[in-house]
Amino acid sequence: MATMATTSAGPSGTHVSANGAALVDALRQALSDDRVRTGATELGLYRKDASNMEGATSVVCFPVTTDEVAACVRAAVEHGVPFVARGSGTGLAGGAVPLDGAVVIVTSKMDRVVSVDEVNRQAWVEPGVLNLDLSRQVAHLGLHFAPDPSSQQTCSIGGNIANNAGGPHCLAEGVTAAHVLAMEVVLPDGTVTVLGGEDPEPGGYDLRGVFVGSEGMFGIATKICVRLVPDPPAVRTLLLDFTTVADGAATVSDIIAAGIVPAAVEMMDQLCLVAVEGYINAGLPVDAAVALLVEVVGLPNGVEAEVGRITELARRRSVRTVRVAVDEAERALLWKGRKSAFGAIARIKPNYYLHDTVVPRSKLPAVLASVYEIAARHELLVLNVFHAGDGNLHPLLVFDKREPGVMERVHAAGEEIVRVSVDAGGVLSGEHGIGLEKRDLMGLMFSAVDLAAQGDLRAAFDPAGLANPHKVLPTGSVCGDVQAVPQGAWI
Amino acid sequence: MSEIAALDLSEFAEEVGVDDPVTIAGLGTRGGPVSGARPVMAPGGIVEVRADEMTVRCGAGTPVAELDDALAAVGQAVAIPPSGTVGGALAVGRSGIRRLGYGPVRDTVLQLRYVSAAGAIVKAGGPTVKNVSGFDLCRLLVGSWGTLGFLGEVILRTRPRARYEQWFETRSDPWAVLAGLHRPTSLLWDGERTLVLLEGDHRDVDEEARRVGLVASDTPVDLPTGGRWSLPPSQLHTLVGTGHFVAEIGVGVVHHEHPAPARQIDPAVVELHRRLEQRFDPTGRLNPGVSVLDARP
Repeated sequence: MATMATTSAGPSGTHVSANGAALVDALRQALSDDRVRTGATELGLYRKDASNMEGATSVVCFPVTTDEVAACVRAAVEHGVPFVARGSGTGLAGGAVPLDGAVVIVTSKMDRVVSVDEVNRQAWVEPGVLNLDLSRQVAHLGLHFAPDPSSQQTCSIGGNIANNAGGPHCLAEGVTAAHVLAMEVVLPDGTVTVLGGEDPEPGGYDLRGVFVGSEGMFGIATKICVRLVPDPPAVRTLLLDFTTVADGAATVSDIIAAGIVPAAVEMMDQLCLVAVEGYINAGLPVDAAVALLVEVVGLPNGVEAEVGRITELARRRSVRTVRVAVDEAERALLWKGRKSAFGAIARIKPNYYLHDTVVPRSKLPAVLASVYEIAARHELLVLNVFHAGDGNLHPLLVFDKREPGVMERVHAAGEEIVRVSVDAGGVLSGEHGIGLEKRDLMGLMFSAVDLAAQGDLRAAFDPAGLANPHKVLPTGSVCGDVQAVPQGAWI
Repeated sequence: MSEIAALDLSEFAEEVGVDDPVTIAGLGTRGGPVSGARPVMAPGGIVEVRADEMTVRCGAGTPVAELDDALAAVGQAVAIPPSGTVGGALAVGRSGIRRLGYGPVRDTVLQLRYVSAAGAIVKAGGPTVKNVSGFDLCRLLVGSWGTLGFLGEVILRTRPRARYEQWFETRSDPWAVLAGLHRPTSLLWDGERTLVLLEGDHRDVDEEARRVGLVASDTPVDLPTGGRWSLPPSQLHTLVGTGHFVAEIGVGVVHHEHPAPARQIDPAVVELHRRLEQRFDPTGRLNPGVSVLDARP
């Protein structure tokens, strides 16, 4: 991921005041010396996430229990210093970038699957458990955790909650919010409580629901009760390719309109197909305008019927070839093609900027055309590999940051892509979140009144405004928030 | 493709006003408006059914039955329980007996517009089936019993209507039935008998039923109405001997002849409720007297 060369005007150098030293002392007493780090290496590493934005921190903590997380939060609050929770740091919107010298509270050492209820398909896990590790640990029970972001090998459940993470298989299963039943959380004043419950109607407002996707601004989840989903008895994976983007996109709408919700419908455009094929040799149709990767799951007769109907619908849209994976190996190869896009593009240019917007499915052809036009106008390469089934675009701008002036073009193109998506009746983000990246674009979707209501929700959880400040809501939405724009931000 | 026209909520907002106590009225199927406050009604009517987006946009005052008819015409449905208005169903936030298969009501809402205690029209969420732009006010409003704002218009996620469905019956252990079936739509247990709803391709349904030893049954489900309990699904076996009940296996909702036992609410959660009410309705003018922490049974 691209990072800006930086001379960050961070507070760490200038700001280590008596207060800062007292805070570090308090944290060391609460945890232990070796789990409260102030060395240059750690401070450098933890001042950014997988976005291209940087902040600054003066101390990084590695708690291993809920009590320790609460102690870190209390210490920060007592010293009037903000704090930011961090999982694996794979976020792409700058949500975990520390601002104002925030204490970074890393939950990655809290990585136990605490309990699994196989019969009722629930599990309690700590926030540092990696997404794919959870599914691996329950695989022998025929269960899995449904959200499957592309970063699933490295992203953590805690981070999935902060961003309400998605993934290809969220088309049928829903995003993270649909898979979290309860959370033990440390609130922004250091209080520990449980939101939601193992039971279906815990009563009161759906605080669990609002906490998911709150980007670390409502507190820190320290133990999570997740739903597990049974593995399907039958799976069929198809690759359909088309000579025009419009035909491929129309097929997506036709499938949905026909009352079929496949487990996943992914789209790859030609540049992406070429890049991936050069990388993994999966026999992808490199001369197609777009290809759709469609997965249908369920009971065998229903699955075969849906495969037949999808094939028929694609034929009506002049599909060129319909490749049905004959076995698990071929299915894995097709998915590898989808998931290797990010590795493959490194062969084209050294840097990329991944975008994330959602548009109505019916607008996919028009918005894709705009995306190509915007990239061309800014002399950038763009690849599209995305969750077409739910209209979730992921334009991938590819560039070499050493080229003078290229970052300005990347940022300008990015903002135009977001604007085009919202103008088409879409939204700012489908799964990456707002963080810092899109904070100042929130006004494209929401009025001042709408934003004030979101600010009220935030203030109810965090009246002092110390939990991951300056994210999500633009200036003015929350009283007292002073704007901070970090290095690398293009907002 | 033309933009979806939004319902004009300005008249509704004016009706809600800004200072006197107001209560929201629908079809009266969920307890009706509270007394001592001026009743207002949200606009009804379906704005647009988008079969190819699997979404529908309608006024909160739309009867659920009207919405269901409109969606049936395109082979779709929405996972909110029958009776009353759409707004009422969402304000109460309780799911129907098909929650095991369809998911909870709260997951159906993509966007909503409500009138705040200050009489302002507020938009929450977005029109697409996937969206993480900003904080999730939709989930805050669903199940808020009209205490934080009055729903005016919603965009909901729809689902395909099943091509085939059949209720079955068995006396086998309900957890064994749950383990043996792939994603049943509903599994109801009264302590002796288990009723199972299966949907999908009819050959799959028949094979599943045969494999687990289910017998087709068209006996209507008679749910006790004395109380609605909420238990962890793992605790449902403790219901035996507590009276007449029908429990939703795999979910934990219990339809019981007796009122639900009182539950302990953590003080930190009570405090969050207080702050939310303070922020969203400082004078307590929306549905006065209603507390979501001890909502009606």
